[in-house]
Amino acid sequence: MNKLIKIAAVVLCGATLVACADSDDDHAKQASYRLTVHNLTNNQPFSPLAFALHQAQYNPWQVGMAASLGLEKLAEGGDTTDFLRDSAIVAANAGDGIVAPGMSQSVDITVPTHQMLMYSAATMLVNTNDGFTGLKQYDISALMPGESMTMLATVYDAGTEKNTESTDTMPGPADNGIGFDATRDDVGFVAAHQGVVTQDDGLTSSVLNQSHRFESKVAKFTIERIE
Amino acid sequence: MNKRTYPVLRSFSCATLLAFGSVAHAATLSLEITNLTQGIHFTPFIVATHQTDHQFFEAGMAASTSLQAMAEGGDISGLETDAVAAGAMVVKNPNLGLLMPGQAVASFDISANAGDNLSLAAMLLPTNDGFAGIDSWPIPTQAGTYTLMVNAYDAGTEANNELITADSGAPGVIGIPADPSGKAGTGGSGVTSTEQNMAVHIHRGSLGDDDAAAGLSDLDNTVHRWLNPVLKVTITVQ
Repeated sequence: MNKLIKIAAVVLCGATLVACADSDDDHAKQASYRLTVHNLTNNQPFSPLAFALHQAQYNPWQVGMAASLGLEKLAEGGDTTDFLRDSAIVAANAGDGIVAPGMSQSVDITVPTHQMLMYSAATMLVNTNDGFTGLKQYDISALMPGESMTMLATVYDAGTEKNTESTDTMPGPADNGIGFDATRDDVGFVAAHQGVVTQDDGLTSSVLNQSHRFESKVAKFTIERIE
Repeated sequence: MNKRTYPVLRSFSCATLLAFGSVAHAATLSLEITNLTQGIHFTPFIVATHQTDHQFFEAGMAASTSLQAMAEGGDISGLETDAVAAGAMVVKNPNLGLLMPGQAVASFDISANAGDNLSLAAMLLPTNDGFAGIDSWPIPTQAGTYTLMVNAYDAGTEANNELITADSGAPGVIGIPADPSGKAGTGGSGVTSTEQNMAVHIHRGSLGDDDAAAGLSDLDNTVHRWLNPVLKVTITVQ
């Protein structure tokens, strides 16, 4: 054990020396990440992604707590603007449009190197009232160039809009209805989503059908440090 | 960095002590339990640290009568008696009552002996015999924080008729004893009267319906469904 620690210390010293000798080389002070999302649902397009690299203070949601206005706007209408507005965010990217079922999307982000860096991401399942998926607060501080992490993400319910699944309540192609609505008429806290019921499974007023159903895991997120 | 090196140092010092052959390796665990669901309540939890030959339940095997009493009516006294008889440490009802949707049990401690496993159980309301459980998680010797995502099981002891029925928490009385959310209906005709799998198995979820006064189920299909996992349990081994 002691030997390992000593070796680590020596390597750290070496890195310090190299950094000093190369102090005018900006590459030593930057890190680039490739953020990828795969839509694993059958018929739930993802709204444009919200990707954020950030400090520990940014907590985009918490099970049992009320959704922020930014999360409500994302989860009901796919709008990432307020969700990505936070002083603890080092770099944000609002994706490149809708991610259809079976499709994937990647964005690259370059940031100055940080001792502590976290990764969060979120997107709406657009054929739901206020369902979203994402990751929060993954510590990527120790990720080295060439390394990657892959996570399967669960579906959450923002708790801000009742899951009526009815006409004119969901922005996706199944309904083409209203997205964000400032009224909060649901349980008032973020929780795991219970799934869509759909007309085919006994919710008469639903405009969804069996194709829109999903299980708890709906997306695959990968973060790779490319530099 | 500090967080990562700490367990290494701790296990190093334990190893040193063991080399002298005089110290039994016991641990204290701190648990936090979060109800991830939007509409399910949990009856009082029972948590035990126990030797490897004891179990609350095992997926694929028939439920004990003690597990049945917990899963159908939230009664943990039988599981407690069994665990104490097997020499386990037990914490019961750490939340002092029901655990509401989205809420968490405040952190509580339980001690464990070297080589112990950890088990946990509580009933989901409103269900006929649905429960969330951890069966024999081997407690790590390395200090640190571990997160377990817990699924809902069906005890396999009662048909999931999804009818709210007074006093049906007693084993042998079919029905759902209560819906603490107050959002269940009445007048259902019953989803089913048979149970195909009579061993403990992953719960298929509740069906519910959208008719509060009739239909097959007394449950509401937009309120009382869930997707696994239903609990997040964070365990800090000190």
